[in-house]
Amino acid sequence: MLLALIRACRLPALSLILSFIASLPGTAANATNAGDDWQAVMAAARGQTVYFNGWGGSEQINAYVDWAAAEVEERYGIRVVHVRIGDIAEVVARILAEKIAGRDSGGTVDLLWINGENFAAMKTHALLGVPFTESLPNFALVDTVGLPATLVDFTVPTDGLEAPWGMAQLVFIHDTAVLPTPPTTMQALLAHVEANPGRFTYPLPPAFHGTTFLKQALLSLTPTPERFQEPVGDADPVVETAVLWEYLDRLHPHLWRGGETFPPDGPTLIRLLDDGEIDVALSFNPQEASAAIENGLLPETARTFILDGGTLGNAHFLAIPYNASAREGALVFTNFLLSPEAQARKADHRIWGDPSVLDVAGLSASDRDFFHALPPGPATLSSEALGTPLPEPHPSWTSALEAEWLRRYGG
Amino acid sequence: MAQALRRLAGGGPAAAADRRSGSWIALIPSLTLICFLSPIVVGLTGTVLPAFGVMPALGADTPTLAPWSDLFAAPGLWQALLVTLWSGIGSALISLAITVAILAAWHDRVWFRRLRRVLSPLLATPHAGLAIGLAFVLAPAGWLVRLVSPWATGWDRPPDLLIVNDPYAIALVVGLVLKETPFLLLMGFAAVQHVRPGPALQVARSAGYGPVAAWVRIVFPRVYPLIRLPIYAVLAFSLSVVDMSLILGPSTPPTLAVMVLRWFNDPDLTMRLMASAGACLQIIVVAGAIGGWRLSEIAIARLARPVLSDGRRGGGGGVARFGSALPAIIALALAGLALASLVLWSVADRWRYPAALPTAWALDTWTRALPGLARPAWTTLVTGLAATAIALVLVIGCLEYERRAGVRPNNRVLWLLYTPLLVPQIGFLFGVQTALVATRLDGGWIGLIWSHLLFVLPYVFLALADPWRALDDRYARSAACLGASPNTVLFRVILPMLLRPVLVAAAIGFSVSVAQYLPTVFAGAGRLTTLTTEAVGLSGGADRRVLAVTAFTQTALPLLGFAVALAIPAIRFRHRQGLKA
Repeated sequence: MLLALIRACRLPALSLILSFIASLPGTAANATNAGDDWQAVMAAARGQTVYFNGWGGSEQINAYVDWAAAEVEERYGIRVVHVRIGDIAEVVARILAEKIAGRDSGGTVDLLWINGENFAAMKTHALLGVPFTESLPNFALVDTVGLPATLVDFTVPTDGLEAPWGMAQLVFIHDTAVLPTPPTTMQALLAHVEANPGRFTYPLPPAFHGTTFLKQALLSLTPTPERFQEPVGDADPVVETAVLWEYLDRLHPHLWRGGETFPPDGPTLIRLLDDGEIDVALSFNPQEASAAIENGLLPETARTFILDGGTLGNAHFLAIPYNASAREGALVFTNFLLSPEAQARKADHRIWGDPSVLDVAGLSASDRDFFHALPPGPATLSSEALGTPLPEPHPSWTSALEAEWLRRYGG
Repeated sequence: MAQALRRLAGGGPAAAADRRSGSWIALIPSLTLICFLSPIVVGLTGTVLPAFGVMPALGADTPTLAPWSDLFAAPGLWQALLVTLWSGIGSALISLAITVAILAAWHDRVWFRRLRRVLSPLLATPHAGLAIGLAFVLAPAGWLVRLVSPWATGWDRPPDLLIVNDPYAIALVVGLVLKETPFLLLMGFAAVQHVRPGPALQVARSAGYGPVAAWVRIVFPRVYPLIRLPIYAVLAFSLSVVDMSLILGPSTPPTLAVMVLRWFNDPDLTMRLMASAGACLQIIVVAGAIGGWRLSEIAIARLARPVLSDGRRGGGGGVARFGSALPAIIALALAGLALASLVLWSVADRWRYPAALPTAWALDTWTRALPGLARPAWTTLVTGLAATAIALVLVIGCLEYERRAGVRPNNRVLWLLYTPLLVPQIGFLFGVQTALVATRLDGGWIGLIWSHLLFVLPYVFLALADPWRALDDRYARSAACLGASPNTVLFRVILPMLLRPVLVAAAIGFSVSVAQYLPTVFAGAGRLTTLTTEAVGLSGGADRRVLAVTAFTQTALPLLGFAVALAIPAIRFRHRQGLKA
């Protein structure tokens, strides 16, 4: 109440009422006043400080976020503070702690970069408030038909609680100077590692890339990939995933460091590949190799490949916690990040190289130019070569795989 | 306990006398204890209750032992416990052994006093910065291997050796020893100065004891009680360290504290209950280790008595000199290489294995990274200075109250004061975070400075209490006889005479603040980030260059603090022999 009064003193009454109506659940804003609503949001956003919480382990990504922050400050008068996080689960934990303490407004997080089981956890615990994506003008540009993963996050419907920010597909990277023909099946990978012990590893689950490798191996090895679209249910997950554990039992003795330790995250693999410690790295960004060459983190001879039968793909998202202090500012910043200009810049491998969520063919000619101006990355596969990404399994498999992995190899 | 508190809080007759004279100083001990104990009590409650299944927000309100049975069934728990105990107790023992050996073997050498200056950079180096540098040096693709490869080793690719993140935590122990030995040495220096061993040593030497034998028999038994609490703090810290363990420690399983932090951060929020039980277990581990250490002290003291008084002469110390010099030189060299590697990586453009030095140099990383570091650097500086200043005022107030009232806080009160150092951070910070959120102090300066103060204050106290108490009371009495008021005595006599220990205490306090990782994560709520949280955040990542810039900046700040602390007395006391170190 007090907060509402303070806001009322600071903002034009009209915009307050409009944004209040717009934020009521179940109030469908019709087409005629959607523009007015957005104007009201923009007015309310001016002067706000948005605390954007996201993984901060990549200098390229941080630089991109800094650029976007400077742009929205200049254009919309919004200050964005990039809070760099090691693992976004920490932020989910913090928002939960705020809920425990009854802090239902004035929260410390206004926007967070999220997907998968973290989104599922926030949705389950009702930490995400009301849907917002339909209120963003640029959301209409998203290719929700061609990229179904923009609406379904690891089989969990987004329900408008998170806006797609970028696309990801699991790719493998090798140095052609060291390994001219990389293994493109899980069996070939095993054979390669048996012949070259210590030259492959994957990040420690539950680190994102580590868990992804487990899921990829499972889907490549199983005869029934469609089973994993369904929740675990009453079944015994260990029995159903037996093919994976048999494979890993054979693979582990030949891993880097004998499988006694694992790298903490995905980017560390790039470093290990550059150092020559391993032959194959994995990444969730199809342009990672090109970006790493550009930034002096991989040799010019690095190239990307995928597995026969395809690799996992998903989208990553932006979500607003239920108790955000600067909800309007977060909306305007998210809308900017979905603009063709920002999405094209993000897709540039010299900047970040993260694939766009927009329907580029459906854009206006001037907006399409942003994308046509992008140079092809030296180590980036064509979209034909990348093929159709495999859908993520249901999140309940994620925790089941992580638990069994920890039981088998974690001690 | 209640009696003890009252006594320190001003219940005794001496305090009554103080109140009559209207001294504000009588309030400081109670203020300090409140400042201190409230967050810990609140934090422990917020950790212990969930450990027994009580966390209403998760719909859990019936007390149960289920979190404990989950904890003991957790994969890798026992191995994690073992590796925690070995790395924690082992590193504390090794640090203490090196400290004692150096003090005993080299106390009579001229350059010994200068050693302090060499130590200061090491002491000031935050754990995370040193760990990152060590990983740069020690890893199979690290600098040491690069220097000798492939010409001497034949390794044209890095060897697949389990050196850093090894399951035996050897890298972690090395890191902890590098970090804790300088701290114990500095505490040892202060204690030796306090004991003033010169005349007694001369008597022992003239009776035919060698320098090392004399030191061990006469000085060490008086020095040890003065460094006992620092040793316990080192022990508790090593058993529960998070940032260093993340960078250098094992991963399958990690040490207990890292394991518990992972559970706290698990997106499956019901894991919090088990995490709380794990945090309680961490407290039990530390308490048990300190108890065990205390019992060993008593046993060793009893067993050593006949040896100390057996009258055997000799002890020239050749063996001790060699035995202490070798690890000391290795440690100094490693630490030097670690810091140098931070500098090199920060100006490297391209440095692939197996090149011994970067093949392309650039200042690009600095120009790109520095603007982003300005904010965290500012936060680090402000928080460190504020927490140190508050800690100094409170500690000096407490010590001065003690002196004026003529009371010595009994041991129980002292232990209370050291609680934040002895209780593992992971054991109460989650509860503190819940309380900060409830009072809306999270993500703000007050919460951050307060949470740092919890850890800064005991170190400042550790650093200052003994020199303060050791100051000959006749100085103050003489001044009082000349008509000086108690406050005049404090500001004109005591503080100037103790300028060096006060500044050293401040520098230690500042470096402790800079190094804080978990308190910043929990109280800063991500809104206030310091160089330490930035560096640990980047330690995952492909780019060693940016990591090096961050870690180097993190290391440089406390280094400056120590430089100032050493420079001021050197300038001020350049004409006063008695006050020179």
